[in-house]
Amino acid sequence: MAKVLMKGNEAIGEAAIRAGCKNYFAYPITPQSEVAEYLVKRLPEEGGVFLQGESEVAVGYMIFGAAGAGERVMTTSSSPGISLMSEAISYIAAAQCPAVFVNIVRGGPGLGGILPSQGDYFQATKGGGHGDYHLLVMAPDGVQEAVEMTMQAFTLAEKYRGPVMIMGDGLIGQMMEPVEFPDDLKTEPTNKDDWATSGMDFRKSKKRNLVKSLFLDPTALNDNNLALKAKYEQMKKEEVQFELYNGDTDYQILITSYGTMSRVCRTAIDMLKEEGIEVAMLRPKTLFPFPEKAVFEAACKDSCKAVISIEMSMGQMVEDVERCVKGRRPVEFYGECGGDIPSPEKIIDIIKGLL
Amino acid sequence: MGKTFTTPKALSKTHTHYCPGCTHGIVHRLVAEAIDDLGIQGKTVGIAPVGCAVLAYNYFDCDFQEAAHGRAPAMATGIKRVRPDLMVFTYQGDGDLASIGMGEIIHAANRGEKFTTIFINNAIYGMTGGQMAPTTMGGQRATTAPAGRDTAATGMPLRMANLLAELVTPGYITRQAVLKPQQVNKAKKAIKQAFQYQMEGKCFSFVEVVSTCPTNWGMTPLDALKWAEDTLLPYYELGDYKVPE
Amino acid sequence: MAFQHIIDEERCKGCGLCVNFCPKNVLEITDKVNAKGHFPAYQARPEDCIHCTICCIMCPDVAINIVETQTA
Repeated sequence: MAKVLMKGNEAIGEAAIRAGCKNYFAYPITPQSEVAEYLVKRLPEEGGVFLQGESEVAVGYMIFGAAGAGERVMTTSSSPGISLMSEAISYIAAAQCPAVFVNIVRGGPGLGGILPSQGDYFQATKGGGHGDYHLLVMAPDGVQEAVEMTMQAFTLAEKYRGPVMIMGDGLIGQMMEPVEFPDDLKTEPTNKDDWATSGMDFRKSKKRNLVKSLFLDPTALNDNNLALKAKYEQMKKEEVQFELYNGDTDYQILITSYGTMSRVCRTAIDMLKEEGIEVAMLRPKTLFPFPEKAVFEAACKDSCKAVISIEMSMGQMVEDVERCVKGRRPVEFYGECGGDIPSPEKIIDIIKGLL
Repeated sequence: MGKTFTTPKALSKTHTHYCPGCTHGIVHRLVAEAIDDLGIQGKTVGIAPVGCAVLAYNYFDCDFQEAAHGRAPAMATGIKRVRPDLMVFTYQGDGDLASIGMGEIIHAANRGEKFTTIFINNAIYGMTGGQMAPTTMGGQRATTAPAGRDTAATGMPLRMANLLAELVTPGYITRQAVLKPQQVNKAKKAIKQAFQYQMEGKCFSFVEVVSTCPTNWGMTPLDALKWAEDTLLPYYELGDYKVPE
Repeated sequence: MAFQHIIDEERCKGCGLCVNFCPKNVLEITDKVNAKGHFPAYQARPEDCIHCTICCIMCPDVAINIVETQTA
């Protein structure tokens, strides 16, 4: 399959189409408006639906309505927009509808900035909205992974009948890299006749369907929460994805990092290796479900003296890392946000400080 | 001489939770009759609001979605855009549509989304127990306006049909009432007309229905009808505010 | 052709709208409580009923139906 040089945002849009998603609702927000500008041209070519909503709040519910009717649907936004969609995400998780949300993260909190950041980790993995729910969250480290994860997202959203999030950042959205769109990542939509509001006539059924999240009866609400929890437990068993870079060495330090930040760490690891210093990196590709076992085992390697989580934030994933290391090793943190990404040299200084 | 009268098929057998004399029940029947008359039950998807009518999905026998507070028009947009062959209607109260959902209804109407909105204007928040709504009248008491709404501090009551009719995008915008039989019969025609415009793919259709809330107005059902006639109708004038060519 | 006026006593909440709007003053509220604790309406003077359906039109609970019956 031929590779094509594409900007991350546009590649994500194309990936959705290649995955069989024909419906896109969105609202402009830097640094990811190019997805909409791309899809407004491409979707009509595919007989799809494109609509720019009046706000991210409304867009969240356009997604919910379309997903509830049984159609594949996606939206893309950036941090403040995802905050506005978080209520809808909670509803979509509770009502169990498949939907794909892409967050091209920018600096926060507040209006923050438009440069890349990883400050939405908590929002994505601990629930930006209300109630006991989770999103399946995948974090690409480049445009190719962004494409593959976006394509996988539709299959996973339908497998778990819930919202799936691709969490990139401004850099991944804005940079160009050669990509290909693996056809085998496309799956046919699952049958949704037993729950979607697709119209009784079209299902040849006399049973009407109801997509809702209100459970006034406490037992019914608890049952719904238990049903959601069972899905999250299943995700923990079946969907964890991670990479252990340079892990087959006697590494002294284990870095945990993901997305754009992990690329810089990778370079730093290679440079340290030339100096004879072995460092490994555990890179979660799924942020939820988090690679708990992998982090624990990688940290417990005899040669490993300490773990350090390096993030473009003030320290969020580090809390999960600490939880998973269970005190077996000291867990450090280094982070910068605002949009300037620490250089490999900076990372090398930080690592050497731990030796 | 005489006529028969049977419960419409699109209404479920479930007893409603609405208070005695609450006119929600009448409007539910009018919507169900329109669905029956137009033979669209198998293509209809209703969207319930957050408010007294959140449980509307228990009273209709067609596909239903339950919206977050104020967001039904956005959900309807989502459904109608991806499945234009479905007949989509939102059923919303004045807190849901005119307060938190104002942005959604105005933009859906302005985009000319081809769904139908049934808007129940009873000038109060019902389910949460009688708070002031954007449609609460000046001087009308509510739990959050114990001395009566002070329009100097909270503005004048919102007239949704008038407001939406100002939009340049074509649409069917009408205000009806269900306070006495003639009004109910006219409201029935208007609701059916709204669904017909949707079936023809013609335009966005919006039927505001002046209604009562005996419990939170602190009146008997009959007094509530009279109060609505005397106090609401002079301000919320009935009629078609916009009709597509 | 004869008609039969039927009030579903369990569905009626005794709101009194039908009683008020009946042009022939046929209906009244019973003192017999129903399962839900309401006092439903009933035909006090059924012979005066002209089956005009106004009570059905005003009933918020769709508790009143009028059906055709075969003449005796």
